[in-house]
Amino acid sequence: MALAVVALVRTRVLFAVVVLSGVYSFLMGVVLFALDAVDVAMTEAAVGAGVSTVLLLGALSLCRAREARPAARPWVPLVVAIGTGLLLVYGTLGLPLPSDPHAPVHTHVVPRYLEQGPAEAGIPNIVAAVLASYRGFDTLGEVTVVFTAGIGVIALLRRKAKEER
Amino acid sequence: MSDDLILRVVTKILIPFIVLFALYVQFHGEYGPGGGFQAGVVAAAAFVLYGLVNGLDALRRVAPESVVETMVGAGVLLYIAVGLAGIVLGGHYLDYSVLGGAPVDGQHRGIFWVELGVGITVSGVMLKVFYLFAGRRA
Repeated sequence: MALAVVALVRTRVLFAVVVLSGVYSFLMGVVLFALDAVDVAMTEAAVGAGVSTVLLLGALSLCRAREARPAARPWVPLVVAIGTGLLLVYGTLGLPLPSDPHAPVHTHVVPRYLEQGPAEAGIPNIVAAVLASYRGFDTLGEVTVVFTAGIGVIALLRRKAKEER
Repeated sequence: MSDDLILRVVTKILIPFIVLFALYVQFHGEYGPGGGFQAGVVAAAAFVLYGLVNGLDALRRVAPESVVETMVGAGVLLYIAVGLAGIVLGGHYLDYSVLGGAPVDGQHRGIFWVELGVGITVSGVMLKVFYLFAGRRA
């Protein structure tokens, strides 16, 4: 993954950038799979590596295939990005280890879902039960977000298409 | 779009399995990993693959844009309708327990329809966005 990121930053051929970000997403999917988050891994592989790669290629066919050289070397954004990254890494130091059974995430509502979920929702996949039933409102919100995003893209691009004619 | 024989044959073989896998992820989501969102994306990916190889016009014949646009809204409406059905049948909004004979049956039914709504909207949005991006120059 680190290799993919370094290559991503170095290359100026946008086609390679798109393919490399697809590779990165797929590797991320493998990492999520290794963390036993199969649902998220599936989403990452399908959306990150699949559909968004195709969409980026579609966008790429509308513009030039090489990134222009920047006029100046932007140091401030680099410092800001590295600073933010270091802050985030510092923040992860305060998190409990992923395997810690006494972490708050494992002692709050998760035991209740795991113990009562099959009896209350009647389906073996707890993730689906939490998503669709316990957190039904959240998922409705998520679908609305997807819907709104789609409507936004339709509204933006369709008007452009009409203007071109 | 593409006259490459290998691409055409391979996608022709692959697409039924991708769609089948999407349906499996959609309707088996209660038992295995997956659900509406993943299924929607995988199904959309199958159609996008078809469109990439056979061209946008062929894809428009298979999945007309008006149908895709309807799917964008229909999924959300289906989700909301399941929530309202809970109220009509004497429960709370998005309370699936009243949708069946036993609460567990109702939960099962509610989750099934809600996930279907998610899948319809997600695949509709993905396909529509692909149409809009790919159709810019056509």
